Order: sequence, then structure tokens, then C-alpha cells
Amino acid sequence: MERTARRRRFTRAERLLHRTTAALMLLCIVTAAVLYVPQLAELVGRRYLVVTVHQWAGLLLPVPFVLALVSRAFRADLRRLNRFAPYDRAWLRAVRRREHGPSARPAGKFNAGQKIYAAWTAGAVLVMLGTGLLMWFTGLAPLVWRTSATFVHDWLSLAVGIAVAGHIAMALADPEARRGIRTGSVERQWARDHHPRWLEDE
Amino acid sequence: MTSPHSDAAGPAEPGGPGPGGPEPGDPGAPVGRRVVLGMLGLGAAGVAAAPYLQRGLESFLGAAADKDPTGLTGLLPNGGGFRYYSVASSVPRRTAETYRLTVDGLVRKPATYTLADLRAMPQTRIVRDVQCVTGWRVPDTPFEGVKLSRLLDAAGVRPEARAIRFTCFDGTYSESLTLTQARRDDVLVALRMQDKPVSHSHGGPVRLYVAPMYFYKSAKWLSGITVTSSVLPGYWEERGYDVDAWVGRSNGRTDTPTV
Repeated sequence: MERTARRRRFTRAERLLHRTTAALMLLCIVTAAVLYVPQLAELVGRRYLVVTVHQWAGLLLPVPFVLALVSRAFRADLRRLNRFAPYDRAWLRAVRRREHGPSARPAGKFNAGQKIYAAWTAGAVLVMLGTGLLMWFTGLAPLVWRTSATFVHDWLSLAVGIAVAGHIAMALADPEARRGIRTGSVERQWARDHHPRWLEDE
Repeated sequence: MTSPHSDAAGPAEPGGPGPGGPEPGDPGAPVGRRVVLGMLGLGAAGVAAAPYLQRGLESFLGAAADKDPTGLTGLLPNGGGFRYYSVASSVPRRTAETYRLTVDGLVRKPATYTLADLRAMPQTRIVRDVQCVTGWRVPDTPFEGVKLSRLLDAAGVRPEARAIRFTCFDGTYSESLTLTQARRDDVLVALRMQDKPVSHSHGGPVRLYVAPMYFYKSAKWLSGITVTSSVLPGYWEERGYDVDAWVGRSNGRTDTPTV
């Protein structure tokens, strides 16, 4: 492989997956805010329309992920996100001790924080989907479950909102990471600094 | 678990081959999968434990909301207080000068009331909990206004009448009651809520108040009372909610009745 200044990080399919998932997630969050924050509800009204958009955005949220499973590169990245290497624990320790730099924070293609964020968000989306379906199709389960599902859906939505806000804040702080997900490639030096264990042959 | 000393070795961990990381053939622990399954487990446990958690949180947040000058607790789920729901894109404002309530349909004397007309009639004050079908409940909320039965009597309901259809000046919302339900003493055409004139966002200047039923029956921005020969389902009822919306005995819910 010819060594250039930039290194390929994400394929077109992965970038498309990220973009569609982000759009659907933001649609879920914005409509949820309109349904829940009284001032926004007062501003927008149209409750039935907002509910319908929210339901469909939520239902479609996992679809790009499932479609992207045909991509070999995406499946390989999923494996990388799933598996924790010993250096991932070192990375988490460095976060706790507020240590920075490539030697203190060893990471493969994805660091431990990205791995945990990916898995937590995937699990949270599934719980939101399940509780959302219980609220939507009240005939699916004993009707008393709806109140319980609403309770979990409401509180987990707050946590998801905070997690996504953190994800966006970290992206805003790292232009090269954003370039990676936007164009598919990153500077080699950035890769060495932030993902020192991301091997050249990967 | 390794000892703290070997932890501190970090990247130079003994046994790590070549550039470090997982050994060939050892893909590392599937932490991602465990986190996903853990979230699913927590979600299921949350649904199972929700009735207990919710009761505790409601009383805690309700108490906190009373002392919270920022109003932020109102943004938390079950944070206490009313939530604003409107099905229309925007709702016109009606003042004492522009507000009108019409009573028509199967009546002998159709009528149109101004706000002043309604204020001049005998007022009834009722203090009950408000229960929304989506779960929130506001305790001990005073409503004050004219008994609906008084307006019906004044209009002279014809013998073939069986139900009432309510329409609203938001242009979209509608509600319904059977004639028997509408004649209850705890069904008001409310002019005051929480001992203040009903504000615009609470459905003012005049809203319906149906004490024994879920709050979607208490139509906001009330502008029309039409006596009909049968029940015409209202806005949310056409979308799956119960027409006979008794608190605790409808919509699959088991809330404590408000009356």
C-alpha cells in the first residue's frame, strides 16, 4: 500500500450509515423535546404530527445499521468496537487519572471510550425501541405495562440526550476526527497520536 | 485482576506481542456485546420496577418542584406540574371582548354567551387531582366555573338528545360526553383554574373540566357545545383513546380515581 499523508478510516457505506443514523437520532431528539418541553410544545403545537414523526424516526433508527451489515468494512469495525484489548483498560485508567498523550492513552482504531459509547448507545436504542413500541401499540402487552414503559422511555431519553450531546461536543473539539467521518480519511499523524495501536495493515 | 504495579506498566505490558494489543488468536473480551446485553437487562428491570421507582420519584420531584425557583424540575419526567399539549399548529387568542361560546344542536333555545355572561352565572368550585392519560398527575387543582348542566337546562335539551359534542377555537380539537355524563355536578365550563382566570396555555379564557375523567376530556379553548343524538368521538378518541375516559377504569390504566 502506498503511503500517503492521509489514511483511510471509513468507507462510503460507513459514512452514509453514520449520516442517516445521525439524522434519525436528531429527529428523535428534536421531536422528543417538542413533545416534552412545555415552551417548545407551545411554540410548535401540531402534537399529532410531531408524535407521528417521532414514532417513525424511532422505528427507522436501527434500519441503516441493519442495512450496513452487508458491508465487510462495517462488520470489521463492529468487531473492533466489540472486543476490548488490555490497552483499552489502560486508556480508561488514563481517563480517570486525567493523563493525555498517545503513550498514556493507547488505542486501536477505536479507543475504549468510543467502544463503550457505541455499545451503550446501541443497547439504549434497543431499549428505547422496545419501550416505544409498548407505548405505541398498546395491544402488544398487558396494558398496565405502558406506564412502566413510559417511565423507562422518559428517563432513558434524558440519558441518551446527554450521551449524544457529549458525542457531538467531543466531535466539535476534534476537527480531524470530524474530517474522518466526513471524508473517510484522516492525517497519518493524527492517527498515530490518537490511535497508536491502529496497525498499518488493518 | 492484575496488581496495581503491572497496571501502571501500561503499553509495555509484559506478554504483549510486537506492537501490543490482543495476541494473535485472542480477540479480547467481547465487552461491547456485554454492554448491549446489560442495557437490555437494565431496560427490562426498569420496566419491571417502574411502578415502585415512579412512586418514589414522583413524591421526591413533586416536593423538589415546590421549592425549585428555576423551574428545571418541571422539565424532568414526572417532575410535577401540567404539561402543555396542543394538537393545532397555533391557537388564536380570545379576550373577554372576542370570546363567544355557542350552545346549539338539539336544543329549543340555541344561545351564544360572552365571557361576561358566563361570569354573571352562579359559579361552582371543585378541587380534585388532575390525571393525564400519559401518566402525569397534578394534585388538588381548583377549577371554578358554570356547571354544564345549567347551560344545558337553559338551552332546553330536546328529548331525542343523547350526547354532547364540544368544539374548540383552536380549530382542530373536539370532545364528547354522553348526556348523562354531561349532567354530572362535577362537569364545568371552567373560567378559573388554580384560583386564577384560565390562562391561554391552559385553554383560556374558557375550557371544559370533566373531573372524573382523564384530562384529554377537559377540552381547552372551548367555543362550541352542540347537543347530538349520539356520541361523536373526539379528536384523540378517533386516534384510539377511550370515549368513556373514567380515571382508573379506561385506556388500560389503573390510576387512582380523581373523584
